[in-house]
Amino acid sequence: MADTLLEVEGLSVDIKTGNGTLHTVRNISFSVKRGETLCLVGESGCGKSMTSLAIMDLLPKGAKRSARQLVFAGEDLTSKKADQFNVLRGNRMAMIFQEPMTALNPAYTIGDQLMEGYRRHKSAGIAEARDRAVFLLNKVGIAAADERFGQYPHQLSGGLRQRVMIAMALMCGPELLIADEPTTALDVTIQAQILRLLAELREELGIAIILITHDLGVVARIADQVAVMYAGEIVEQGRATDIFSDPRHPYTRGLIDCIPLPGKTTPGRKLGVIPGVVPSLIGEITGCTFRDRCAHAEAQCREPPPPRQVPHHSWRCILEDA
Amino acid sequence: MVDAALSLQTIMEPAAGARLRRRMFGQKSFVLGGGLLLVIIVVALLAPLLATHDPYTQDLARRMVPPFWYGKGSFEHILGTDNLGRDYFSRLLYGARISLLIGLSVMVISGIIGTALGLVAGYFGGKADLAVTFLVTTRLAMPVMLVALAVVAIVGGSLPVIILVLGFLKWDRFAVVMRSATQQARSLDYVAAAEAVGASTSRIILGEILPNVLPQLIVVATLEAASAILLEASLSFLGLGVQPPLPSWGLMISEAKSYMFFSFWLIAIPGTMLALLVLAINLAGDGLRDIFAPEGR
Amino acid sequence: MTFFILKRLGLAILVSLAVSAIAFFLLRISGDIAIAIAGEGARDIDIAAARQLHGLDRPLIVQYWVWLLQIFNGDFGQSIFFKSDVLSLVWAKLPVTLLLGVLSLAFALVISIPLGILAAVFANSWIDRLALSVAVVGQALPNFFFALVLIVLFSITLRWLPVSGSATWAHYIMPVIALGYYVAPAFMRLVRAGMIDVLSADYIRTARAKGLPAHIVIFKHALRNAVMPVVALTAVQLGYLLGGSVVIETIFALDGLGFLAYQSITHKDFPVIQAVVMLLSVLYVLLTLLGDIANAWLNPRLRIS
Repeated sequence: MADTLLEVEGLSVDIKTGNGTLHTVRNISFSVKRGETLCLVGESGCGKSMTSLAIMDLLPKGAKRSARQLVFAGEDLTSKKADQFNVLRGNRMAMIFQEPMTALNPAYTIGDQLMEGYRRHKSAGIAEARDRAVFLLNKVGIAAADERFGQYPHQLSGGLRQRVMIAMALMCGPELLIADEPTTALDVTIQAQILRLLAELREELGIAIILITHDLGVVARIADQVAVMYAGEIVEQGRATDIFSDPRHPYTRGLIDCIPLPGKTTPGRKLGVIPGVVPSLIGEITGCTFRDRCAHAEAQCREPPPPRQVPHHSWRCILEDA
Repeated sequence: MVDAALSLQTIMEPAAGARLRRRMFGQKSFVLGGGLLLVIIVVALLAPLLATHDPYTQDLARRMVPPFWYGKGSFEHILGTDNLGRDYFSRLLYGARISLLIGLSVMVISGIIGTALGLVAGYFGGKADLAVTFLVTTRLAMPVMLVALAVVAIVGGSLPVIILVLGFLKWDRFAVVMRSATQQARSLDYVAAAEAVGASTSRIILGEILPNVLPQLIVVATLEAASAILLEASLSFLGLGVQPPLPSWGLMISEAKSYMFFSFWLIAIPGTMLALLVLAINLAGDGLRDIFAPEGR
Repeated sequence: MTFFILKRLGLAILVSLAVSAIAFFLLRISGDIAIAIAGEGARDIDIAAARQLHGLDRPLIVQYWVWLLQIFNGDFGQSIFFKSDVLSLVWAKLPVTLLLGVLSLAFALVISIPLGILAAVFANSWIDRLALSVAVVGQALPNFFFALVLIVLFSITLRWLPVSGSATWAHYIMPVIALGYYVAPAFMRLVRAGMIDVLSADYIRTARAKGLPAHIVIFKHALRNAVMPVVALTAVQLGYLLGGSVVIETIFALDGLGFLAYQSITHKDFPVIQAVVMLLSVLYVLLTLLGDIANAWLNPRLRIS
């Protein structure tokens, strides 16, 4: 386990609302190795984003994190105070967000925003930070990086801004990069470019990536490991190849059936649709969270589903094999 | 998870009327301000019944009697008497009528002018909008206090003059708010539908748009009424507003200011009342804004 | 940007002209100035003489044109009450009022910006509620009454500050507080609302994700964006403060434009009233113009387009 970068065990996130406490992340566990890509997959509202924000200690006000274990590169994150976390954040672990249009501060230049984290974490001078920023702007495929450096966010397109966000995340040479739906807001050709870029960067820089997405097509292209989330829980996780070739949980199977695949999907036939809606996350849920939408649901599903395991692959269901 | 919470909320949401009522009474500042305002209005209306003396009768033998809580005070004049021996409590009650009358009338006059301009600008856009915007900018450039003082100085101060002057000066905020509210309402689907059906312009403005911008109108109206009351008090304080012997609170403070070093209560009582009235109206207005647009706080 | 400034400048000139027309006609329509100029108890023949002397027998529009031309030549006429040149009279009082206005504004900003930030950062906490309560009460307190309370407290009871006059810095303390506190709540609410809005923006999360400490996130990333509407309001409020100086300067006998306006109004000194109204209005127009330019300059979207 020497090469494990991030170890998450028993992580929960609760949000207090007027109608009760929302348990958005429920006791999940996973780990990420150095240089590996883990994809967190699930429908919107299943707790993927909250999981990533909890790791970065960026949860919104009112959201509370609890974990049995949260260890990053040997350091215990649960006991860190805000200013201690600031030493890690942006430095050794970085994050890219879903909305490139609004994730950059409109009042400052790209260059200023690229440099400020680097100068703080690395105690670097302007010249050094500038060189690094221009180097990375080039690296993420931005032409005329020198010119872009002095521009404001509103002068850049969405795709360019997301590249800037990636460059910004890479400034300090982080060991872990969390990308929360980095391509959702972009159009399809740009999506492909950004994904290719992330894959290249991982190869070249050996960064571990947690990619959060609802798009299994994206997962298939980039993931080493996959964790499928549903209603705040991880229902199935394992190696990407195993998950795709041999999905065991009915929900994972449902998700995979939703991907249109050339050759596999018969033209004219309807794509798979999972009927029903995600259950309310207020209060405790006993038994399997997916049972209301599951074609295989039985009376037994009212009990907590048994954990099942084969090498590199685990899931929670009464079924051995969907 | 936010989606889940949202859908739950829509199911649990009660009917609109009940919701508004619940929000109104759950809104502390509205309850507090509205309650206080209601008390002041009732007291002002019942002034002839509640007053212990005639507010204009002078009694030079009993000048500057302090309120009852001072050693020399008595319950004969619970808030004492002024420098001419008039009963302060009775004057205070009748003064509430003047402030409320000013607030209400100025609000109505400036509200009609400003709303008309704002509706026209917001609905027709283009040249009408430019013209109204120019009027508003010009009006804003002129200091209200100074222009009001100047006009009163020429025409002579009296209650109707003050009401007219302030009414014709204070429509700017109505126009600004109504203009943008109308622009928003205009883009609503059913307004477009009414246009498509061929409803007349006046019908669309009065029947579709006005009811829609009413919440904003009410909020501006309360705040403008409060501001008009303060302006009248300032004018009267400078001696260029309501004229003696009317018991305007601003005028009462003005008449008492030469004696304030020895009889502080003479300015403290009308000053506090003025602040309370304005506070009540502002609280009610703020509360209404939160009730109409809970997210806009 | 240049086009924007030119457009705003054009509007400013038009508004100033409109104000001049209103200031002129309002005073002419309101009453017969000749009677006022001739003074109380004047005979008809004196009034007629005054009318002819001041050109009041000519058509109004001609009078306005003549008046406007004179103004452009720096001739605001002669004061009826002070018996001196209006321009030099007004010019001499302007610094006092400007100083009062700027100091009051500074006082208001110094209170309201930190309070607004605190209220936003700790939104819905007791700090927030306290700040909002202070704002609501402050906005309800009539400033002339507050000024009198200050006098009773600091001049009479404590004997710390002089009651009236404009000789020393100490003379400005109470007028500045009495004038400035009234605009502070508006700024506080605006800063608070803007900060709450901005603090939930995505780029604030980005800034936090970079590991920047809280003070940099708040002051560099949030405040810079929340402050833009405040700049626009500053210009407007300074205009309000200049207008509001009439009451405060009169109470404290502070020898500025407001006090001059009050004196000339009570003495029906029309040329002075016109000049003060004109001057304050044009000043307001200029300030809003500056506010707009500053705002555009602060906002890269408008500056670079």
